[in-house]
Amino acid sequence: MLSIVETIWRVFTHAFRKRVTVLYPEEKPYLAPRYRGRIILSRDPDGGERCVACYLCAVVCPVDCIALHATEDEHGRRYPEFFRINFSRCIFCGFCEDACPTYAIQLTPDFEMSEFNRQNMVYEKEHLLISGPGKYPGYNFWNVSGVAIGGKDKGQAENEGRPVDVRSLLP
Amino acid sequence: MTSPYPIASILGILFASLTIAAGLIWLERRLLALWQDRYGPNRVGPFGLAQVIADAIKIFFKQDWVAPFADKPVFIIAPAIILVTVLLSFAVVPFAPGIVVSDPNIALLFFLGMSSLGAYSVVLAGWSSNNKYALLGSLRAAAQLLSYEVFMGLSVMGVVMLAGSFQLSEIVHAQRGLWFVVPQFLGFILFLIAGVAETRRLPFDLPEAESELVAGFHSEYSGMKFGMFFVGEYLGVTLISAMITVLFFGGWLGPVLPPVVWFLLKMFFFISFFILLRASLPRPRFDQLMSWAWKLLLPLALLNLIVTGAVVLLLA
Amino acid sequence: MEIAFYIAGVVAIISTMMTITRLNAIHALLYLVVSLLAVAVVFYILGAPFVAALEVIIYAGAIMVLFVFAVMLLNTGESDIVRERLLLSSEVWLGPSILSSVLLAEVGWLLFREPPTGAFPAAIEPKEVGIALFGPYLIGVELASMLLLAGLVGANHLGRRDPGTEETEEAENADTRARQPAAGGDLVRAGADRVTSAP
Repeated sequence: MLSIVETIWRVFTHAFRKRVTVLYPEEKPYLAPRYRGRIILSRDPDGGERCVACYLCAVVCPVDCIALHATEDEHGRRYPEFFRINFSRCIFCGFCEDACPTYAIQLTPDFEMSEFNRQNMVYEKEHLLISGPGKYPGYNFWNVSGVAIGGKDKGQAENEGRPVDVRSLLP
Repeated sequence: MTSPYPIASILGILFASLTIAAGLIWLERRLLALWQDRYGPNRVGPFGLAQVIADAIKIFFKQDWVAPFADKPVFIIAPAIILVTVLLSFAVVPFAPGIVVSDPNIALLFFLGMSSLGAYSVVLAGWSSNNKYALLGSLRAAAQLLSYEVFMGLSVMGVVMLAGSFQLSEIVHAQRGLWFVVPQFLGFILFLIAGVAETRRLPFDLPEAESELVAGFHSEYSGMKFGMFFVGEYLGVTLISAMITVLFFGGWLGPVLPPVVWFLLKMFFFISFFILLRASLPRPRFDQLMSWAWKLLLPLALLNLIVTGAVVLLLA
Repeated sequence: MEIAFYIAGVVAIISTMMTITRLNAIHALLYLVVSLLAVAVVFYILGAPFVAALEVIIYAGAIMVLFVFAVMLLNTGESDIVRERLLLSSEVWLGPSILSSVLLAEVGWLLFREPPTGAFPAAIEPKEVGIALFGPYLIGVELASMLLLAGLVGANHLGRRDPGTEETEEAENADTRARQPAAGGDLVRAGADRVTSAP
């Protein structure tokens, strides 16, 4: 019987405690830089698109919300002809970011995406592309890969030796 | 001592009690949040007060669906019974001198009769839904309401003895010197417990028991019919708080402030206490509920009756 | 006042007739509740508010809820409705209705033998009822209380569990309680064996 009275009193004292609720629109909570929110496509430090249209993100996506199609420019550099993410399907799992070999696709700490029209949740490439390199400022995929593109031949990348001439016996 | 303007006081009390009952939805959510370290509804209007209007609009426009397997006439009449009986009980509550619809000399008995008729609402709702969970809920309700009615009536008899009348205004006048909560403390505790059980509020919400019976007796109800149960429950809380105020806490009596303000202050104190009980106490098992009623609270009520009678006789 | 009296009387008669003719037991009970409420109104108008309140609290509020409670537990279906319909055939109700019409004629004769007074008696206060009950009618109250006590003792006797079965039940419970730790101990031992024998 006394324990019931004590319970009632203890609950009553909660009236004077600090609130747990964060009053969200007025008071924004801190989100870590690695928070998995809205997906963006980043650029190289020199301004070129990082995405090489390898389809790995589209393959790994568990809800199939990424659609893209690869093409090549006149220098032999691969890029997506279109890149489309349907955010009304996306579950923000971050698998695409893990799968991306060029750090092109990245998740950001922005989650405030609400639309009155469902179609507006489908983001095209121009909506996804940002002007900077995102979380990896100095990284340029084409500078560390062995692929030849216009202006850069094989063997000219960073930390890369000259290609071995397989037809020659000389060391 | 009935009101000089009967129509005005009928409409006023009807409107006021319905407004208070609707406002309690907001008050309960805010107070529960307060005791759970949250804020509760605070977005719509100032302090979230317009939440009541938003909820009312929503519930009015919901589809009013009657299950095809239900017993249709009984299903429809059940939610009306609870509203009618509780609103009729408000007719005898003296809010202040002059602010009362009717003040018969059997007012207290009228209140007890109406609260016992209110049991039909729950019982019939569960039966007519033709649903196993609803039937279980209404079986519980029938047993619970009957058991707690018995000593609810007995617990107020001490007050009746001290005041010498069933008339509520007489009972209030008899408390000029001393509120009846002091000589009738046991009666007050018993009436409080019975009141919680009669309104089927937590911790005695076994007819509803959402963790066991889906939603108990109103599992099949939706839209405004569900809304009537909802408002009926809050009206019941208001009624029991008003009756506690009248019977044990001197009704409208109090210094300085006008009588109605005193009445409402005391009433809202008990409404808040009901909500505090909901926030703090867990639900008992059904057999515990029944054995408390018959083996503990009923003997205590009888003891209170005998002792009060003996004291009244000795002092007379 | 007179109009209210006649309305309540008509409601009582109609709802009682409906009670008899309904096929669904719960619907019949609901009409019976309405009939009791109408009778309460009649009592109130005739100057007995205390009796009216008790009629509502005890008959309409408590006893009828118990009836509904009991009927709810019976799983009535189509077969019961067919059987109920058979009860409405003329050979079943002819006898009782002839007998009750004799009573009705008697009541009518009694009513019209004396000229109606046309006035309702003054209301009787609850206090007067109490004084009457515990004054001149004390022996009736005492007899009723004895009857209720007998009922109470009987209900307690019927509701009590047989002491023999209760003991065995408790013994069984004690048995399972005693067995459970042993079973747990076995498991622990078995696990210990496995750990030692694994390498």
